[in-house]
Amino acid sequence: MNIVLEANHINKYFKKPVLFHVLKDISFQIKKGEFASIMGKSGCGKSTLLYILSTMDTDYDGELYLNNQLVTNQDRDHLSYIRNKHIGFVFQFHYLLSEFSVLENVMLPAKKLAEKSYQEIEYDAFEKLKMLNIEHLAKKRASQVSGGEKQRIAIARALINNPSIIMGDEPTGNLDSHNAENVFNIFKKLSIEQGLSLLIVTHDDDFANKTDRIIQMADGKII
Amino acid sequence: MTNWSVILGIAKTHLLTKIKQTSIAALGVTFGIGSYITLVCFMTGLNAMLDNLILNQTPHIHVYNEIEPSKNQPISLYNDVAESFNVVHSIKPKRSQKKIHNALPIISYLEENKDVRGALPQVKTQIFYIAGSIELGGNLTGINPVSEARLFNMSDYIVEGSAEALEHTDNSILLGIGIAKKMSLKVGDRVQVSPINGGIFPLKIVGFYQSGIADLDAIQSFTNIKTVQRILGEANNYITDINIKLYDIERAVPLAKKIEQQFKLTAIDIKTANAQFETGTTIRNLITYAVSITLLIVAGFGIYNILNMLIYEKMNDIAILKATGFSGKDVQLIFMSQAMIIGFVGGVLGLLIGLGLTSLISTIPFQTEALPTVETYPINLNPMFFVIGFLFAIISTFLAGYLPSKKAKKIDPVKIIRGQ
Repeated sequence: MNIVLEANHINKYFKKPVLFHVLKDISFQIKKGEFASIMGKSGCGKSTLLYILSTMDTDYDGELYLNNQLVTNQDRDHLSYIRNKHIGFVFQFHYLLSEFSVLENVMLPAKKLAEKSYQEIEYDAFEKLKMLNIEHLAKKRASQVSGGEKQRIAIARALINNPSIIMGDEPTGNLDSHNAENVFNIFKKLSIEQGLSLLIVTHDDDFANKTDRIIQMADGKII
Repeated sequence: MTNWSVILGIAKTHLLTKIKQTSIAALGVTFGIGSYITLVCFMTGLNAMLDNLILNQTPHIHVYNEIEPSKNQPISLYNDVAESFNVVHSIKPKRSQKKIHNALPIISYLEENKDVRGALPQVKTQIFYIAGSIELGGNLTGINPVSEARLFNMSDYIVEGSAEALEHTDNSILLGIGIAKKMSLKVGDRVQVSPINGGIFPLKIVGFYQSGIADLDAIQSFTNIKTVQRILGEANNYITDINIKLYDIERAVPLAKKIEQQFKLTAIDIKTANAQFETGTTIRNLITYAVSITLLIVAGFGIYNILNMLIYEKMNDIAILKATGFSGKDVQLIFMSQAMIIGFVGGVLGLLIGLGLTSLISTIPFQTEALPTVETYPINLNPMFFVIGFLFAIISTFLAGYLPSKKAKKIDPVKIIRGQ
């Protein structure tokens, strides 16, 4: 099976307020179509790891490969392009641009990528919303929809450029159990039907137990 | 590669959803630029008016025969006392003629100089205005009225009648308004004048002259050169003064020096004659620019402030944009384009407001004894001021937007997202 994401001996230090070794020699791989979750106690470094994997944090030692290409030490503009094209992100909080409509929020990363015409992007965005059963919200302002709906919109936005991998930082952490279940089912469906790779950081044991693979972390190490 | 339509789209949405803040920021620019335009047009208009008040009537070079003591007193001719310390008491001025020797050839020579716009002869003399038994002292100047009107804006100071009437009417006079009031004379009346060496000449009043300087208007009158020469009983080559107008005022000093050397006459250039006046102009200009720049800087800080606030409010948006693949440069461009749009719209409105206010000011009546031809406040609508104002709006919003947008560029999305 193809390897989508590979981390090779990643070390990370926090220099302030005191020198602290957050991530200790992390190495693992995510295969195509794999639904993996990272678990661990608060402060064990799982979110820190996720932000390194997402290319947003560049201050680390070791090597990171995405689709078998070295990502480490690329310039920031290229990293932005990689995030735009290959990585979809879902946060704990919904993080939509509240002044824009739902449809515009979903379309924005594709407009930035500018590989398709406006009509194609709009059509794609509608398809993604339809897939998540929220196409009726398309014209609403992002600030006017409920929490569960916002998270689904965020997922639609993460999917718009057909990324290689979806990363989530506790995407269900702020949702009630019904909506959390809903979001999990969406992820599961994407993984099975579209062969999408997912890497989700979570606290939720129920959520983690249903995934293909659990990466357990403690004190900056994988155990 | 920069995707301008996306960036401008985001900037537009930000500006439109915060329309109140946007309009306040734009109004800051509008008022700054508007008051700059108004102030600078009004102030330079007033300055130009004051300049013209002096410069229009003043010849760039005034050539005449100065009455002065000889530089070489007879004693200096004696070799016997050359080594001694000589003191001469009660030196009297040298008796010389008032008229400029060979004036007419000198005038035609000066007219040929390519720097000279015109050289006009004048005959100045003291006379008495006679009203019954009362004699009023005064000056009568013989001029070529039409040329004088052309080169020295004489007609601006003729409140009744015209330069042409003076030129074409024999034995006519353009009477100072002060004398006319004292003697209750009106246009068409006759006034008797008497030169110092006797005789009485009745002259027909064809108009009134008002310079704005009351003391001058109470003594000064004008007539044809020929008329003065006839009153004085002199030939038609009797010329006491030559007034020269140049194309470029900066040439006045060297030309005046050259004339003095070449013809042994006194030649006073305008800069020497009006040195204190030029200082006043410089200082007024300085004040105008100091006030305008202050206004524009205040407007610039307003924009800086509002953009800074906008960026703090939009921290989350910035983090999302960066997480979804917008680069730091894209984010900076989003905020820069917001600043530039505010600057552009505010600047254009400011120019319109400035134009409106100056047009309004130029209709306000402004009547003063000193300036007979000025009826409303003077406005100098120089297109250069509008160009400068607009450029300043763009440059100041650029600088005011640059620092906050630079901050937005550097924001670390991880910190914002994890900080929630």
